[in-house]
Amino acid sequence: MNFLRNSLSIAGKDLRSELRGKETINASLSFALVILLLFSFAFDPGSDLVRDISGGLLWLVYAFSSALILNRSFARELPNDCLDALLASPVSGAELFFGKSLANFTLLLGVEIVCLPVFGIFYDVRWAQRPGLLFLVLVLGTWVLTVIGTMFSALTVNLRLRELMLPALVYPMIIPAMMGAIQLTTVLVSGQPIGKDNQFWFKVLIGMDIIFTLLGIALADVVLVG
Amino acid sequence: MRERILYILAAVALALFLWNLQTIFKVLPDEANQGPIYRIVYFHVPSIFTGFTLFFVALVSSIGYLWTKDLRWDGVAAGATEVGLAFASVVLVTGMIWARIIWGIWWTWDARLTSMLICWLLYAGYLMLRRAVDEPAQRARLSAALSIFAFADVIVVWKSIEWFRTQHPQPVLSIRNGGGMAPGMEAPIYLNYLVMLILSAILVILRLRQENIKREIDALRRFAHAL
Repeated sequence: MNFLRNSLSIAGKDLRSELRGKETINASLSFALVILLLFSFAFDPGSDLVRDISGGLLWLVYAFSSALILNRSFARELPNDCLDALLASPVSGAELFFGKSLANFTLLLGVEIVCLPVFGIFYDVRWAQRPGLLFLVLVLGTWVLTVIGTMFSALTVNLRLRELMLPALVYPMIIPAMMGAIQLTTVLVSGQPIGKDNQFWFKVLIGMDIIFTLLGIALADVVLVG
Repeated sequence: MRERILYILAAVALALFLWNLQTIFKVLPDEANQGPIYRIVYFHVPSIFTGFTLFFVALVSSIGYLWTKDLRWDGVAAGATEVGLAFASVVLVTGMIWARIIWGIWWTWDARLTSMLICWLLYAGYLMLRRAVDEPAQRARLSAALSIFAFADVIVVWKSIEWFRTQHPQPVLSIRNGGGMAPGMEAPIYLNYLVMLILSAILVILRLRQENIKREIDALRRFAHAL
């Protein structure tokens, strides 16, 4: 219980400071929109092709814009030695990690939900045919992305070249989850039924959610405190 | 004494390798369908066995480091990953050469190829991370955590890509599902695996020694600064 309360207070602190400054959310949102715009030059934006690759396009946008949010997650604690103060506080490394994951998750999910209708309008894709399931895929996929990303944000926070290291480490790591999220999103957006084949991808997503949340909580103290 | 053991091991490995080469090139006939190029399998398959053995060793030593905080474990993990990555590169390159001859293309996004490439990228990231951290204890700690993450991921990658790619049947897969090799043709694969394991052990030990010397020099340098 204590674990959850402490994590939530960390998440609350992060979200509060983000909502007051709006540094990362603005950057990440406008970056996402720019990528959405760039896609229109890569292929014919009105064709049926867009529906077939919509999952891939959306998740590429999400993965790219997540890098901005994740990079700042721990780096924003560096000025004034806030990170040391946080580690010296009664909050454990695991709680700090989990709280920050929750905050990043909320921010990224917000960016994703804003991007969906924009994508739908620009590329004539009817994304809201099964909103409940689509939301579930977004939640499951985004959690893998943020939990692995937050872990690596903590891992790289004190390195030179932090901004370069994070995407190079995170993207290969999230590939299985991305494949699942892409496959399911494409199916949902293009209105096909979710067959038996695709149920496998829910298992992959849920499995990765559980494995990497547990690994992250187990290793957070090692990474942050030593 | 230790030096001598390494030389003896190397000599044994070399002798086994030469004998094996003679079997592969002189004794064994060309394969019925593929011709001489099939011989690349004697380097390709043992390399992947060796690579994965080394990545597993790296995982165990990473856990060992986190458990004991002894930097020697970190040295083993670093050495094993470096040598493992070299073998992983051999796997990719030999595979591409074979594919060029048999399939006519260097690369195809088949399940195993894709998984191997991701695996390679993950461990290349590990070595990149090591270069970016200066302080030895911090480097050991962070890279141990990464190694554990990477190994967990490799397992998921392997399972899920197989599923992802084979949903769309591809002609290339039928080649792999063909019958097994004749018994006499299979033995050199295992013998080469043994040779590569011995070679890796030698390389990891040399690398470990290098790390120890490096630590000693660092300590001396700090001492000199203090003076």
